[in-house]
Amino acid sequence: MPKETLLELENLHTHFLTDNGEIPAVNGVSLSLHKGEIVGIVGESGCGKSVTSLSVMQLVPNPPGKIVSGNIHFKDENIVKASQKRMKQIRGNEIGMIFQEPMTSLNPLFTIGNQIIEAIRFHRKISKKEAKQESIDLLKLVGIPRADEVIDEYPHQLSGGMRQRVMIAMSVSCDPDILIADEPTTALDVTIQAQILDIMRDLNQERETAILLITHDLGVVAELCERVIVMYAGQVVEEGNVREILKDPQHPYTKGLIRSLPKLHGDEQTLYSIPGTVPNPGLKKTGCQFAPRCEFAFDRCFNEEPELYNLGDKRTSRCFLYDKKEGDAAEHAESTLGS
Amino acid sequence: MQQNMQNLLLEVNGLKKYFPVRGGVFGRKVGEVKAVDDVSFSVMEGEILALVGESGCGKSTTGKAILRLSEPTEGEVKFQDQDVTKLSAEEMRKLRRNMQIIFQDPYASLNPRHTVEKIIGEPLLVHGMTSANERKQRVKELLDVVGLSPYHASRYPHQFSGGQRQRIGIARALANNPKMIICDEPVSALDVSVQAQILNLMDELRDAFHLTYIFIAHDLSVVKHISDRVGVMYLGRMAELASKDELYDNPKHPYTQALLSAVPDPDPDYQRERIILKGDVPSPSDPPSGCAFHTRCPYAMDVCSEVRPVFQEIEDNHYVACHLYSDTVQS
Repeated sequence: MPKETLLELENLHTHFLTDNGEIPAVNGVSLSLHKGEIVGIVGESGCGKSVTSLSVMQLVPNPPGKIVSGNIHFKDENIVKASQKRMKQIRGNEIGMIFQEPMTSLNPLFTIGNQIIEAIRFHRKISKKEAKQESIDLLKLVGIPRADEVIDEYPHQLSGGMRQRVMIAMSVSCDPDILIADEPTTALDVTIQAQILDIMRDLNQERETAILLITHDLGVVAELCERVIVMYAGQVVEEGNVREILKDPQHPYTKGLIRSLPKLHGDEQTLYSIPGTVPNPGLKKTGCQFAPRCEFAFDRCFNEEPELYNLGDKRTSRCFLYDKKEGDAAEHAESTLGS
Repeated sequence: MQQNMQNLLLEVNGLKKYFPVRGGVFGRKVGEVKAVDDVSFSVMEGEILALVGESGCGKSTTGKAILRLSEPTEGEVKFQDQDVTKLSAEEMRKLRRNMQIIFQDPYASLNPRHTVEKIIGEPLLVHGMTSANERKQRVKELLDVVGLSPYHASRYPHQFSGGQRQRIGIARALANNPKMIICDEPVSALDVSVQAQILNLMDELRDAFHLTYIFIAHDLSVVKHISDRVGVMYLGRMAELASKDELYDNPKHPYTQALLSAVPDPDPDYQRERIILKGDVPSPSDPPSGCAFHTRCPYAMDVCSEVRPVFQEIEDNHYVACHLYSDTVQS
């Protein structure tokens, strides 16, 4: 069953140099993406999920951002130090990307057609005419009505959902192996979001495009992904199969996150809420990053940093409760949760 | 929830808000955007009425028109038997003591150059608390009520996180002990863990101060959690209005059904029939004839494109504007 690994991040560190010192936005992230797979990265704002995806594309603004250490393997190549020339070949052609805000990612001065044709002709040697025909086909593929007219329109003439479709059409124009989607539906209404998620699922099934989906919405993850990575304060805190994570989360942060969601089905009087707020990434502290907000925290959590413990079946959790040495504490937590 | 809330607090009748579209060399009026087009509902004392809908459906404009932050074009807004739309500016200022608003963006709605004390103290001063000491005391009380500490009073908004800022906004709205608060997407800009904190706080405050909320939001799960009754809006019109349980368990309007089925559910085992609507929301400057939803409705009939459906009660306290149910009422 193990499919070809397309993308592998090894202990990636991306830091931002600011007046207040060096801020580790991504602090040792490792993950992998296989052919035809949809993997979600979830977390709240500031957890480093977007910077992780930008690092892959070498799009982190430098300065102040910098990939300090780690490796990014794309197929057989380590692209962490790849030249700008090589990155230009990769971006759009082998790895496509969709951003959250479809208005700011399209150039308002050029027609839709211009922008898609440019992307196609940058990577492939075909005539303008062919490229135009292909653009129209792509727009039809993502469900844009009157595609042959829309191609001559400007971004401001389209609605948010249409713009996001154009972005998807553009990002898959060269049939990339990987599509990185950074909050692709956050700016859209629910009925439009359902349409866009449908298109992404179709692309994944028909073209075997692997998708790395970055989102804060666990509902979207449940809808689309097979595997999910939960991030907190620049680190991966839990990873596993979507079903298992949502049904039976292991890390206290994931547990809290799921419990604090208002449910559409079910009736709860008071919502559970994780006390405190996301830590300021500038403040370095020892121990587990989540410890100050964690209801199971014990002494060790404040002094030592936990590693990602393997729970078997491709599940990991960065929590001392899963360290074999802490058997008693884990049992204690188990019983607290059960009650 | 509680049934002892029979007192009518607010009544909105045929509310309309049209924005002129100007064009041409002389800036003449060339059209109208019907942001709110004939909306009626009432709010009982102590209840939470939610208005939901997608962007551009007029839910925020409705909230602003009630407070006359945006002057209504037509219609009646009765607050405690007083027609708000007919009041003078001075009378309106006095009435606003009882009707407050919390905004969506906690970053844009607080003046960055004012301290928290000044921000929360301002409405107190406006409504006659002239003693600086009294104000200071009251600000401290309010900060305590919303879960901040008294020493926060001397700080500036940029020193707070998004959730804390929203707490400041809530404290400001509470300052004069209002009867009703219009909450315009109060948790949309917040992360899930913080969102839960703010929702719980709002729930507690309602019980503690006998508040009435009009809760404007687009997130149906949040609305389900907090509200007592829910109104669904589409293109400036009310499509359906019912109690929360009735609306979520037994949605009547095809738009409500589609909206509910489109919400991604974090429960991987939850099975449902997805209704995926075609196309986009039409422009409110040129809304479709008849029923505004007929262009996307899976059940559209001939009559839908011709006659605008009446917003009527088809079951006990369940209002729908849809031709599918017009027979039910007649028979």
